[in-house]
Amino acid sequence: MGGGVGVSTTSVLGGVVKRREDPALIRGTGLYVDDLQLPGMLHVAFVRSPYAHARVVSVDASDAEAMDGVRAVYTAADVAHLGDLVTQVAVGKLRPLLAGDKVNHLGEAVAMVVADSRYGARDAADAVDVEYDPLDPVIDLKEAASDAALVHEDMESNVLLAWEGGPWGDEEAIAATQQTIADAKGRDDTVSVSIEAVNQRLLPMPMEPRSVVADWNVGYGRFTVHSSTQIAHALAGGIAQTFGLSLTDVRCIAPEVGGGFGCKLNVYNDEILVCFASQQLGRPVKFTETRRDAAGSTIHGRGWVATATITGTGDGQILGYELDGIADMGAYSQNFTVAIPFLGLFVGAGQYSFPTHWKVACVHTHTMTTDAYRGAGRPEAAYYLERAIDAYAREIGVDPAEVRRKNFIPADQFPGAATHIGFPMDTGDYETNLDALLETAGYEDLKAERDRLRAEGRLVGLGLATYVEVCGFGPSALVDLGFSWAAYKIPSGFSGSGLVRVQADGTASVIIGTGPTGQGHQTTWAQIVSNQLGIPVENIRVSHGDTAESPLGIGTFGSRSAAVDGSATYEAANKVRAKAADLAAHLLEASADDIVFADGGAHVAGSPDQQVSWSDIATLAYQPHRLPEGMEGGLEAHAVFSPGNATWPFGSHLALVEVDGDTGDVKLLRYIAMDDCGNVINPMIVDGQIHGGLAQGIGQAMFEDGDYEADGNLLKWSFVEYPLPTSADLPSFELHRTVTPTDINPLGVKGIGEAGTIGSAQTVVNAVVDALSPLGVTHVDMPLRPKRVWAAIQAAKTNGSVS
Amino acid sequence: MHVSLTVNGQRAVTDVEPRTLLVHLLREELGLTGTHVGCDTSYCGACTVILDGKTVKSCTMLAVQAQGADVTTIEGLAANGDLHPVQEGFWERHGLQCGFCTPGMIMSAVGLLSDNGSPSEDEIRHGLEGNLCRCTGYHNIVRAVEYAAAKMRGEEPPAPEWEEGSA
Repeated sequence: MGGGVGVSTTSVLGGVVKRREDPALIRGTGLYVDDLQLPGMLHVAFVRSPYAHARVVSVDASDAEAMDGVRAVYTAADVAHLGDLVTQVAVGKLRPLLAGDKVNHLGEAVAMVVADSRYGARDAADAVDVEYDPLDPVIDLKEAASDAALVHEDMESNVLLAWEGGPWGDEEAIAATQQTIADAKGRDDTVSVSIEAVNQRLLPMPMEPRSVVADWNVGYGRFTVHSSTQIAHALAGGIAQTFGLSLTDVRCIAPEVGGGFGCKLNVYNDEILVCFASQQLGRPVKFTETRRDAAGSTIHGRGWVATATITGTGDGQILGYELDGIADMGAYSQNFTVAIPFLGLFVGAGQYSFPTHWKVACVHTHTMTTDAYRGAGRPEAAYYLERAIDAYAREIGVDPAEVRRKNFIPADQFPGAATHIGFPMDTGDYETNLDALLETAGYEDLKAERDRLRAEGRLVGLGLATYVEVCGFGPSALVDLGFSWAAYKIPSGFSGSGLVRVQADGTASVIIGTGPTGQGHQTTWAQIVSNQLGIPVENIRVSHGDTAESPLGIGTFGSRSAAVDGSATYEAANKVRAKAADLAAHLLEASADDIVFADGGAHVAGSPDQQVSWSDIATLAYQPHRLPEGMEGGLEAHAVFSPGNATWPFGSHLALVEVDGDTGDVKLLRYIAMDDCGNVINPMIVDGQIHGGLAQGIGQAMFEDGDYEADGNLLKWSFVEYPLPTSADLPSFELHRTVTPTDINPLGVKGIGEAGTIGSAQTVVNAVVDALSPLGVTHVDMPLRPKRVWAAIQAAKTNGSVS
Repeated sequence: MHVSLTVNGQRAVTDVEPRTLLVHLLREELGLTGTHVGCDTSYCGACTVILDGKTVKSCTMLAVQAQGADVTTIEGLAANGDLHPVQEGFWERHGLQCGFCTPGMIMSAVGLLSDNGSPSEDEIRHGLEGNLCRCTGYHNIVRAVEYAAAKMRGEEPPAPEWEEGSA
């Protein structure tokens, strides 16, 4: 094979390419799952619990079953043989497919109705008569952690485990760190500042509700399942596992998926149940969530209470950071549930080098399961850390930027730097990034402007925060820590794959194991392959989401797809390129080492006038009788990329806000971000990812609140009660970047899907607290809706007048 | 019940249950699945269509209320196959990611620009307040509408914020 193939054509990495997927989406011809209409297709509606905790006394479906067009009503007993919902990290109580003698959260499915029409299924679900005996729910996190009452009577404790560190798993080292921090607290030249804060539960709410269509073909003995999922391969494996089938007996297709943000990174009970119904009834069966279903029965995110404490000297040298928290797992564990705070543990000390003791207990409550929502553990960790650092900076009267700079892991510790739990990090240069933000934003001028307006009596604030993220999962060796995907029959760990095929006409098909939920894979992957082969982007078609044709990929989540599966595709393209060089060399009667790819084909270095096209090269590949002896026909390659580590993007953000002192209304005036995600493949797409991430972090800071009422009710059934940020709520964002490539993958990319969210909530809250600090306010819990901010102002004024 | 209306220039005649929503008539009877359903409460705007010249949320109307109406959906927006300037703007300025809110967002933007050909950023933001997007933070949606407004006025659209790459 040709080794040192000549240097590539014009690079399309780092350039803006308009998205290949957009023409269908802007014309309304993209296919989402609910658009599917299969012959004979039946529709599902669920009967759901109106109680957070109750015994199910009886389920009477006789009226429903008698209704026109109703094909079946299934209850727990009908599906008991299928077991609990297949779950990767099986710690805690696993979800039954349908609730049996007890319901454990509002919205839990008790019965499934299958009918001829969408409306008919809904009518019949309303006609199912369920008698409940309500029980007291466990909702409050501290109460849950105390085990005063058990969520599941057959478990010994509501506390499933606590993530704690200290250096990795080393109890002596944890104790030593605690002693170091205690010693620092004992010094008379230090101060300790604590904040107890709620990181409220959030509802992911992608604009496309989840939808699934299952079609059992009894002749082939095979399921074809269309689902709005981020993890098509895991879903196929989960169905296979549940029904005792092989991976080839289940074909899952994720067509256009209308956003996910982590909530489609789960195998759901409804996905299993429609398969069951299709098998029973011999017809295709569809379930599409209503928004109400989505609110109560699709996973939630966040849901922590914690106290964060910084101990440091009066001049800003931090000597210890402690986090003591409780994280809400909900009533049942699903895919990653208890692992989410684990991701926070990784980045518990952020960009800093101070001793850190971090402990978060995972508890069951009578609420919907929590799992991965954009950022997943890392926004919570960054929130507490950056809020506490700000509080400490305010207490000692040192500029918050200066405090951060003093405590960074220095750039010269890379490579070789490690997190507070001893996990190695790839690359980082935090001070350069922060300095770039401050200079670009005109930090000193902004502070002067804030102070000038403040002198006029206006409540103006500046908020700063930094973050380091762990993403691009990898490493493959996470398998050895139990994150193997084996529960879904795909024990591949966190590797990725790509397949590149040059067709006989010189165009290229790229088939990847992961699929997008809006990230633009069809464009980014075409750029990667175009860059390696010189085939124009418009001649490259990227396919994804069909497990019958795509190589194994575990999914798009954790900002990992480009870093891992993109790198695999890069390597597959290089294999194709090497073979194409041999083929071109044969056509041009030259040495493969002398072949240069350029202008949509190849030539011998120095002889660009004698060019062979990709069509010429591929045609030769598909006429094997013309090939030199020993060379195989075909022109395609598959590669698996095994990342040696996760990646560690970072950044710093600045917000300027004004608070209306009379109403508590917060106006976000400017938002300036300096992110570093390593190399950038398509700046337009990367910026778009940051925009959306910011909106979700700002959404948490200012608008969104998915917390349950004390009685276990969830009064968040629609966008009226659960307000997403609207266009009128947000400013245009000011984005900038530094570029510190990773050495973990050949593309040098780290991932950007979650960074905006991880960096932003605390930036906004720090700004609002700064705005209110002249009144003596040191903390306001999210979301910063007017009523809550107004109350904080009033309380501060009252306290101020008393003291 | 019998209902007849014009959709994207073609006459449609069908029988529906009285309670059938217009969006379900469009999607499930007429197969025009570009119009999406994103909520149950007429809040998200994914189902926005243009009915007799006005933007409406088609999940808010019964199909029978559209009797005799002239409806344009996303599929009917590209006249003779050429993209409408708003569609072009969304493509040129990366105004969409997952694409689910996009048809409704585009129809609302078309409505907005028919009322106000030179909207300020603030007017665009308030004009699209009834359409939710979870992906873009609206930043590039605003840029897309600014692009379309300029094109519809016959002017050169504002330059993109990113540096034009080599590709």
